Amino acid sequence: MEVDRGAMECAVDAQSLISMSLMKIHSSRTQRGGIKLHKNLLVSYVLRNARQLYIKEKYAEIYRMQQYEEVMAVCSGIQELDPLEPLEPQGAEDAEPEQPVRAAGCGEESRAAGGREPEPPYYRSCCMEDQFSQNCNKTTVLDLDTHVVTTVENGFLHQDCCCAAAPQCAPGAAARKRKVDSAACSPDAEEPSDYTAGRKRLKREECSGADCSPDASNISNLISIFGSGFSGLLSRQADLEQVCSKQALASLGAWTRAIVAF
Amino acid sequence: MAGVAGGNDFQWCFSQVKGAIDEDVAEADIISTVEFNYSGDLLATGDKGGRVVIFQHEQESKNRPHLRGEYNVYSTFQSHEPEFDYLKSLEIEEKINKIRWLPQQNAAHFLLSTNDKTIKLWKISERDKRAEGYNLKDEDGRLRDPFRITSLRVPVLMPMDLMVEASPRRIFANAHTYHINSISVNSDHETYLSADDLRINLWHLEITDRSFNIVDIKPANMEELTEVITAAECHPHQCNVFVYSSSKGTIRLCDMRAAALCDRHSKFFEEPEDPSSRSFFSEIISSISDVKFSHSGRYMMTRDYLSVKVWDLNMENRPVETYQVHEYLRSKLCSLYENDCIFDKFECCWNGSDSAIMSGSYNNFFRMFDRNTRRDITLEASRESSKPRATLKPRKVSTGGKRKKDEISVDSLDFNKKILHTAWHPKDNVIAVAATNNLYIFQDKIN
Repeated sequence: MEVDRGAMECAVDAQSLISMSLMKIHSSRTQRGGIKLHKNLLVSYVLRNARQLYIKEKYAEIYRMQQYEEVMAVCSGIQELDPLEPLEPQGAEDAEPEQPVRAAGCGEESRAAGGREPEPPYYRSCCMEDQFSQNCNKTTVLDLDTHVVTTVENGFLHQDCCCAAAPQCAPGAAARKRKVDSAACSPDAEEPSDYTAGRKRLKREECSGADCSPDASNISNLISIFGSGFSGLLSRQADLEQVCSKQALASLGAWTRAIVAF
Repeated sequence: MAGVAGGNDFQWCFSQVKGAIDEDVAEADIISTVEFNYSGDLLATGDKGGRVVIFQHEQESKNRPHLRGEYNVYSTFQSHEPEFDYLKSLEIEEKINKIRWLPQQNAAHFLLSTNDKTIKLWKISERDKRAEGYNLKDEDGRLRDPFRITSLRVPVLMPMDLMVEASPRRIFANAHTYHINSISVNSDHETYLSADDLRINLWHLEITDRSFNIVDIKPANMEELTEVITAAECHPHQCNVFVYSSSKGTIRLCDMRAAALCDRHSKFFEEPEDPSSRSFFSEIISSISDVKFSHSGRYMMTRDYLSVKVWDLNMENRPVETYQVHEYLRSKLCSLYENDCIFDKFECCWNGSDSAIMSGSYNNFFRMFDRNTRRDITLEASRESSKPRATLKPRKVSTGGKRKKDEISVDSLDFNKKILHTAWHPKDNVIAVAATNNLYIFQDKIN
């Protein structure tokens, strides 16, 4: 998704939009007249858009950090590795078009990874979620019409995630996600305490697994809720599968080892 | 019928304003809907406190026939009360979301008013005679001692001061799980539809214990929800046709003859999104807040956050006309999201001849577009320009660079003063504009 940030009058970044949106959703639960479905749906769209950009920027930051350090050494060692083709012609969206190409393998890999960003965030968030809370993958939904309570597995995403599909990629991908996630989530741990309180109230309908660390990214937990909720917002299954298979390839080899080292 | 101001022969001028002048506005007094009846003689408003106020057009005075008459209060009643749904622990607001008049069939007037959950049919009737001379009770209403009655008489109808009574004749309840956003009377004058976020129901005006569900877009798994219904309207002439708009900026036209459940549309109206204008808020500003058929039934108009679009029912891939209401807000969407103004639902309306359209904006501005001359004008509903028969001065928002005299800059706009509800008289150039708790009535200057 191409975001015309130049048109934004206020320089609001993705993170403040995310917290603003979550606050709106939280306060709507106590508004008179009940939860407004239309407004919350629109807010979830903003949340999704902001999250996409936020994660993309975080990844770009990570790759930028890594690139100028140890990866240099690794790249020279794996020059014989076939360069990966960029997944989709979204390289233009890459936050850093000016990648200095030190080795064919490296440049292609980083560009490819950058190009993957727009699509995978949903699947990645599932993986991130997976690291912190194995059991925190359920959403409990009350159907207002039938008054039936159903528990939906987050596994809607989970099935498509490479963590389940391609076992060999799991350690590498997981390792990478952990690295990314800790960087992505550390600012979120400083979310104001009222969000935590709100999140706890919000989460009373959600399953809280024993592994749920309360401070570990309240934002990312709620994001994953809305990642699985309104899942029609997600890209199609085919794209996710394609991403997964390429992801499997990408995580092999020394590239992964280099990341894991950090 | 004349169109929009701009030429020398036509100007809008102030006629009346209803409502308190007090700066401190009570939430319950905020007007939430405005609607003329079919003849334009009656003008109904609903407010957040659940009250309905009906104004009636008084005949022009014989002394000054060149002036139009005024609208004076005809009836006031409490239509809806706040309720509490104990099962879901939800409070149901008494705010009147929509009022729709029924065509007049006898001396009484009928209208439908709805809040989030319940629709009511009200009968407004006049009483100007009273029966006097009852046998069993005296004038105070106290029962007479039967042994005292020695003769019988026939009660006589005596004139009395006009009294306008409103009584609820039907209550259509418990048919909507989600919040009702629209009601629309069908051209058959027997049925009407009501729409909430996910469903549309068809009712018969006489039957309250049952309604037919004609549209249901609720997904099997609520997690897959991507759009909701935002407005619905019956076609003005074809009683089998209706349209509904969605939060994704699409309109579906349905034919009730095709199937009992009209989940599959007959026509699908959507304009492709311009990828260069994509932003965080693209989905919000494309959500349609109102849809209105033209009086002719050949066109329909939709309102989204920044524009009004006119669609030809025969062309589905794009609107035939697009009018920018306040494009200068596009760069302010972030702030408007922060203060929730981006969720404001503006309505739109046609004039009687379908030659002009009107919709509201902020700072108590409202906009009119002449479809023939392509001229547009911005006017303001304010107490300052409220002198009797004072001509309204066109307003202009300066969009950048130097601000000319009399222009107002975008940053000075008062976003708390929003005109969401406007109505145009079905025959004459008289408009009613709701500005928070005040109702302004403007009319053209008859030269």
